Amino acid sequence: DASLAEVNSFSPSMPISPSSMINQYKFEDEPEQRDLFITVDDPESHITALETFITYRVLTKTSRGEFDSSEYEVRRRYQDFLWLKSRLEEAHPTLIIPPLPEKFIMKGMVERFSEEFIETRRKALHKFLNRIADHPTLTFNEDFKIFLTVQAWELSSHKKQGPGLLSRMGQTVRAVASSVRGGGAKNRPEVFTEMNNYMETFSQKISVLDKIAHRIYKEEREYFNEMKEYGPIHTLWSASEDDVADCLKGVASCIDKCCKATEKRMAGLSENLLPILHEYILYSEILMGVLKRRDQIQGELDSRVDALTNKKTEKDLFSEEIGRLEDKVEYANNVLKADWDRWKQNMQRDMRATFTNVAENNLRYYEE
Amino acid sequence: MEDCLAKKMEITVSEAEKRTGRNAMNMQETYTAYLIETRAVETQSEGQCAPVDSLWRRYSEFELLRNYLSVTYPHIVVPPLPEKRADFVWHKLSADNMDPDFVERRRIGLENFLLRVASHPVLCQDKIFYSFLTQEAGWKEMVNETGFQLKADSRLKALNATFRVKNPDKRFTELKHYSDELQSVISHLLRVRARVADRLYGVYKVHGNYGRVFSEWSAIEKEMGDGLQSAGHHMDVYAASIDDILEEEEHYADQLKEYLFYAEALRAVCRKHELMQYDLEMAAQDLTTKKQQCEELATGTVRTFSLKGMTSKLFGQETPEQREAKIKVLEEQIQEGEEQLKSKNLEGRDFVKSAWADIERFKEQKNHDLKEALISYAVMQISMCKKGIQVWTNAKECFSKM
Repeated sequence: DASLAEVNSFSPSMPISPSSMINQYKFEDEPEQRDLFITVDDPESHITALETFITYRVLTKTSRGEFDSSEYEVRRRYQDFLWLKSRLEEAHPTLIIPPLPEKFIMKGMVERFSEEFIETRRKALHKFLNRIADHPTLTFNEDFKIFLTVQAWELSSHKKQGPGLLSRMGQTVRAVASSVRGGGAKNRPEVFTEMNNYMETFSQKISVLDKIAHRIYKEEREYFNEMKEYGPIHTLWSASEDDVADCLKGVASCIDKCCKATEKRMAGLSENLLPILHEYILYSEILMGVLKRRDQIQGELDSRVDALTNKKTEKDLFSEEIGRLEDKVEYANNVLKADWDRWKQNMQRDMRATFTNVAENNLRYYEE
Repeated sequence: MEDCLAKKMEITVSEAEKRTGRNAMNMQETYTAYLIETRAVETQSEGQCAPVDSLWRRYSEFELLRNYLSVTYPHIVVPPLPEKRADFVWHKLSADNMDPDFVERRRIGLENFLLRVASHPVLCQDKIFYSFLTQEAGWKEMVNETGFQLKADSRLKALNATFRVKNPDKRFTELKHYSDELQSVISHLLRVRARVADRLYGVYKVHGNYGRVFSEWSAIEKEMGDGLQSAGHHMDVYAASIDDILEEEEHYADQLKEYLFYAEALRAVCRKHELMQYDLEMAAQDLTTKKQQCEELATGTVRTFSLKGMTSKLFGQETPEQREAKIKVLEEQIQEGEEQLKSKNLEGRDFVKSAWADIERFKEQKNHDLKEALISYAVMQISMCKKGIQVWTNAKECFSKM
């Protein structure tokens, strides 16, 4: 229900209590249905002999039965988030896993440990975990639960238990082989081709929008810089005049007000529109990846089917495998379709909210 | 004010035309000519309009007129002409003198100049000004025949006076400072305003890109499509609105520019005062020296060192007859000098009085005009914001329907 959606306006120094947490998040369902609340805050840097890195506090409050306690506080670093994401991708190859902030943004030439960078990353990590929590399937993932609840040293040992490097490599090899074979593309159901085409256009448009938004931000910043000089000139002039002095001072103070309003507008852009556009750029990549993986799975099935038609022997063996794969493919397809619809709804809502927010900011600017 | 020409005659500079002709060196040149239309104002007529007289003038003739007025009425703050070349432009406007927008703004500026002269209680009565408005042929010759160029003070003389004058009227010194400040602050303001306009233009125009992308994006969306499409349309409207807004602002900039140039006119009056004062001081000093010389000759005492004194000491004194002759000459000169000094003093005081009266008139005009200009600027800004509110309200509605 869109009317309940609130724009995410998180401030890291807020006291954490369930009711204030409700105000911080964007809801998909009725507030009463939510039973898992997560915050990411309090970045801290750690210096060891080998490296320097930042950890974030991950605070979880829940009423779910499968959790032993109702409150958890752990510290996680970026690597841990990466691990979680890859685990989720492995477990659910055709589900849309939310994007993580990038490792290091070259474009902005931002220092790895600059406050701005850390804050942007923190917000993105916060969104990442919350999107997972909101996902009807992912929210019950075992690794997710572990991520939220265990202490740091426990997590490292659990990580080591995961499928070994070799098996992961095997997956990659199969994936490459399948894509070389053009796997899955020929028997692809119509709906997924549509999705593919949509995604191509969508990602183009989103990246153009991102560029436009950045350009607008830049122009506004330059405008702001010039305006800063504009006001004081009037004050200077008023010093030489007597009759007109008050008028001039009045103009000067109005110009200063305009400056402040411009600053607010810029802040609105950088806090709302720019991060969302960026997130959806990442989403485009993710979705393309998901579609590819679906194709791969389909490809496996197809190749087996082909093999079967060629080798009449070992039919039973194959048919079992084929049956399994068919199930897999069907499951994958359905899951993806459902998730796709969900994603689109979310995207729509996000875009709506964010652009409405931009419009509101502009209104406020002009009213001031 | 009741007798001034502006009340009796409607003056407009109604058109501008490109012309080609041959200049003084017989080379072809292109210039712009402006049509001046005048019509007598009949206060009693009902529905009956006097015929319109018109003639064409080019910018250089306006310049000639103004130079004439400045020299002939040095105690008056003569209204300035609009700029010769486009200055303080922001990137969208061209600095080309032939650009139609520039020509149009100059036309308005020239009309403004004529109206100001015509409303000035002293200047409007000048015959040359009247013929400028009414007599196309032979006007240039008429102006030159007045010989005003000869009356003009040399720049060098004026500069010399500025540095050497000892006792100028304090009010003029203050006025000079004020006009320097005014000039510097207005030119700074205009420069920054041009930069601000540039940036604002950028902000608005980039939003136009939204329109195109939204439209392309809406093609692949089902539910969001309509909202996106109409929002995009509003973004286009937003981007286009900046052109009119900035054009209006140009007009405001021109109003400020007029007072930028007025600063120079103020300085000219101050310079004239300094020149007269210096002249006066020199004449007074000259008189004092002569009186002293006379006294020395009469009493035979040498109070000041002079080469003549030395040579006469070395080579013998002059004869009493020679001395008598010299004293007579000096006495004549002294008498002349005293009369001159008296008239110069009078001239100087008259000048100060009439100049200061005009300066007071100018101050009132300036305060009134600046207030009006600032108010109209504020109104412009408000209207810009109202337009912005409208566009973004519409856009917001479209977005919420997505």
